[in-house]
Amino acid sequence: MKKLIGIMLCTGMILSCVACGSAGAGSGASGSADNVPDEVTIGFAGTLSGENALVGQYQKDAIKVVENELAKNDGCIQIMGKQVKVKFALEDTEAKPDICANVYRKFIDEYKAVAIVGPNESACALAAGPIAQEAEVPNVTIFATNEEVTKVGDYIFRACYLDPFQGKVAAAFAADDLKAKTAAVLFSNADAYSKYLKEAFVEAFEAGGGEVVAIEEYAGADVKDFNAQLVNIASKNPDVLFLPNQVGELPLQIQQARGMGITATFLGGDSWDLTTLVDVAGKDMVEGACYVAPFSSSDTSEAAQAWVKAYNEVAGENPGSHATLAYESMQIVLHALSSIETFDGPSLRDAIAATNMDLPSGNVTMDEGGNPRKNAVILTYKDGAGEYVSTISAE
Amino acid sequence: MKNMKKVIRKEYICFIAIYLLILFLNSQGIINNYLFQVIMLAGINIIMTLSLNLVNGITGLFSLGQAGFMAIGAYISAIITTQLLPVLGLRASDALSAVLFLFAMIIGGIIAAFGGFLIARPTLKVKGDYLAIITLGFGELIRSVIRLIEFVGGPRGMINIPKLTNFTWIFVVVLLVVYTSRNFITSTYGRACLAIRENEIAAEAMGTDARKYKTIAFTYSAFIAGIAGALFAHLLVFISPDNFAYAKSSDLLVYLYTGGVGTITGSVLGGFIMTIMPEFLRFMEDWRLVIYALVLLYTIIFRPYGIAGNREMKFLGIKTYAETEGKLWKKIKQRFKKKGVGKA
Amino acid sequence: MVKAIQLIVYGLQVGSIYALLATGYTLVYGIIKMINLAHADFMMLGAFVSLFVYTALSGFGSPWWVVAVVIVATMIIVALLGGLVERIAYKPLRNRPTLSSLVAAVGVSMFIQNFLRCIPVVGPVPRAYPSLFTSANITIGGVTISAIQIVVIGVSFVLMLAMQLLVSKTSIGKQMIAASCDKDGSALMGINVNRIISITFCIGSGLAAICGILYSSVYPSIHVYMAATIGNKAFISAVLGGIGNTKGAVLGGLMLGMVEVLLQSFNSSVSYGASFVIMIIILLYKPAGLLGTAETEKV
Repeated sequence: MKKLIGIMLCTGMILSCVACGSAGAGSGASGSADNVPDEVTIGFAGTLSGENALVGQYQKDAIKVVENELAKNDGCIQIMGKQVKVKFALEDTEAKPDICANVYRKFIDEYKAVAIVGPNESACALAAGPIAQEAEVPNVTIFATNEEVTKVGDYIFRACYLDPFQGKVAAAFAADDLKAKTAAVLFSNADAYSKYLKEAFVEAFEAGGGEVVAIEEYAGADVKDFNAQLVNIASKNPDVLFLPNQVGELPLQIQQARGMGITATFLGGDSWDLTTLVDVAGKDMVEGACYVAPFSSSDTSEAAQAWVKAYNEVAGENPGSHATLAYESMQIVLHALSSIETFDGPSLRDAIAATNMDLPSGNVTMDEGGNPRKNAVILTYKDGAGEYVSTISAE
Repeated sequence: MKNMKKVIRKEYICFIAIYLLILFLNSQGIINNYLFQVIMLAGINIIMTLSLNLVNGITGLFSLGQAGFMAIGAYISAIITTQLLPVLGLRASDALSAVLFLFAMIIGGIIAAFGGFLIARPTLKVKGDYLAIITLGFGELIRSVIRLIEFVGGPRGMINIPKLTNFTWIFVVVLLVVYTSRNFITSTYGRACLAIRENEIAAEAMGTDARKYKTIAFTYSAFIAGIAGALFAHLLVFISPDNFAYAKSSDLLVYLYTGGVGTITGSVLGGFIMTIMPEFLRFMEDWRLVIYALVLLYTIIFRPYGIAGNREMKFLGIKTYAETEGKLWKKIKQRFKKKGVGKA
Repeated sequence: MVKAIQLIVYGLQVGSIYALLATGYTLVYGIIKMINLAHADFMMLGAFVSLFVYTALSGFGSPWWVVAVVIVATMIIVALLGGLVERIAYKPLRNRPTLSSLVAAVGVSMFIQNFLRCIPVVGPVPRAYPSLFTSANITIGGVTISAIQIVVIGVSFVLMLAMQLLVSKTSIGKQMIAASCDKDGSALMGINVNRIISITFCIGSGLAAICGILYSSVYPSIHVYMAATIGNKAFISAVLGGIGNTKGAVLGGLMLGMVEVLLQSFNSSVSYGASFVIMIIILLYKPAGLLGTAETEKV
């Protein structure tokens, strides 16, 4: 009797799994050549909840801009001569690698996505990349700057610059424009982005003849008190303080540094390009701080201004780097889709690799590693908003 | 005697049937790859919950650091496979690499067990509340140490781990762990641990060496956690220290307590249901942890024995306290006798 | 030398916050013999509640009486919330083994953190905390002390003294000591043990709320998960000094703060793990903590 109940429970559990499994939206499968379906799905793995939900919001607005542009053509693009409707599937990765991997699997198995526009975090891209690579679904990551991300395979591309490049740009700016001879760094050893950016900066700065007088670290996002490390830094009196950290810890670091009397100019990477930083730290604290970013709203090129205008219509404010890169990734995928000769994964991959477009942040081409050759800009905070300083081009 | 034999055989058929059914559904595409992955993760969670049950439910030691042992097992086994597989020129699908995987799993488990031994020795005299914080601290310590080791990728995590886990491995390991836990519980070791859980001083007065059995319980559960970690690493292909944070340990706690603490059935049920459930409740993704917390509170206040209700599946052959003494069960028995139906 | 004194000042500041939280842990443990793992989340609640009260009163600027109103209002609200939580989650478990209370505490902590994270009023994004106290700096002989640090250290000491007075001089305090020594005996003596336990919880939560305000004034960025690390460190301080002993909590907190700051200044990579290692070492040699007395367990 009990055994019967047990067996029934087991089959019940399995059947519920089955029921759950068959409820999946499906559209054209990639893999069969010359078989272009009526609609394709592009998966978007974003950070829609959690601490960086604001980034997710910006990127959702960017996708709306893309949808508005597509709407001029009935929401379709031309693939191999056929009008195909494009659908976007948005899923939340919560910035967690295992959830991102699950999301990718969902895109591939349930949504049958033809391409995935990938996560913002390198950790997520590293975790989920192999899944896309194995399934031969091209993946354009939005803001994953770690070197290893595109080394996962030839189906993985990225729309942003790499950490080594960013570090070099920051170091060059510090040495040439800020005329800094000495620099100090405070970084998080619990965050891959922070750690590798610091290494790139230190290497480039010392190669350029400068001296890094103090390198201090802290153990991660829970740390609130940087006084001990800042006391060490203050005693060496650097010209520039490089803070390649996430926006959760930056306000406290800035405040404690200024409170201690450190007068160095703050320098940072693209993680500084968020309005939360200004909100939490206060306008006066970040005044004059410089940071590297992929895009500036004051860029006068045609593509940039068109994008700024379109984004303003949807979101009511100027676009930051996150929104811009999301838009660019989508454009890369759409443009590649409209130029493929056969409808399958490998040709889409080749089309993306052959990208040569004029995007808001400049002309973009992909190199053999799947990384884009693009410029970076230096912005500085004036009155709470990022102001353009200069452009550094890719080597 | 013959009855016993018949019971055991029926269970084996049931297991094989479930196994074949799931594989068949997967090959037909009814259970797509994504859901298959979820089932495999549920299997790993079941193993972890069983490990937590051993130390928390059977021995009564409140450990919040199982994620740390899982991390040790995961990283050690990943190091072994990533280093040795290229050296031996094998690829993930070779038969020999399965043997290597087994080897890596066991080594990972052993080193995790060693970690369990290290944490058990100094904390034998420490009371329940302190033990919780110490094990929590241990888990965090392991995480900090892993972050500092460049060789395993540090905070970036370890990539390119060969994908050696498949459904067969997980199924077999789950069954093995269930049976070995059952054997542990019904043996003298298990009885000693149960006695320590109920009243440590009385147990010591009766001659059980509490120190020895506590150490054994900790070490064994750490071993199981290490094996689960190895399976986890080779399933996800990518691990990072953040996978094994305190959040994982508290999730395991929820699985254990809602399923039914102290029983194997409870751990299996809890691990399976609580892993599958969020997939149905995708729309409540944000509130998932709130729901977990509420379920945990509800369970601990109103239904302290969880879903399993302190009873075990019959094939395991464990008679829990509730079964032998519970009034409700007696009533049910009487009801059946009255109706004249032979008890099934 | 100057650097050393500066570090000591920082250590005192960090340590007094730990000490304040640890006092709350100790008070609750002394009475119900249960570690309230959710205590630090009340600190986080205090920070957010004070943020809301302050914005509600924002029309008045920030003269001293607004600050006082914010502090008092936050203390009352969080104390009431603490009593509510105790009534719902801990009271039904009083007669069960302590393991259940621990699990309930984990559940409460999870609930508070994630519930606040999900409701739109609070949300998961870190918020800026207004500066309730002046931000002047005083420099004595090369050592810079900011006004906030003085306020934090001062308020902590005042509160700890107040706790000592409460426990030793007032009637309620004496009832608390009696209830912690022998519950049944004090019930026989006419003490309403249930009421005393609820009051203790409320006082503990109120302390945690003030701690939250002070902590957020020093580190003005608050978010829902900020309580975890601090909670663990405060618990370690309570254990270091001997749990159940308020003086021990203070001592433990200050010690841990100093050690941490000094360690961070030498080598900043392992300071979080180091505090756990310290606790394990102390527990090995003095299981009752530095100022605690070894309790013999009666069977």
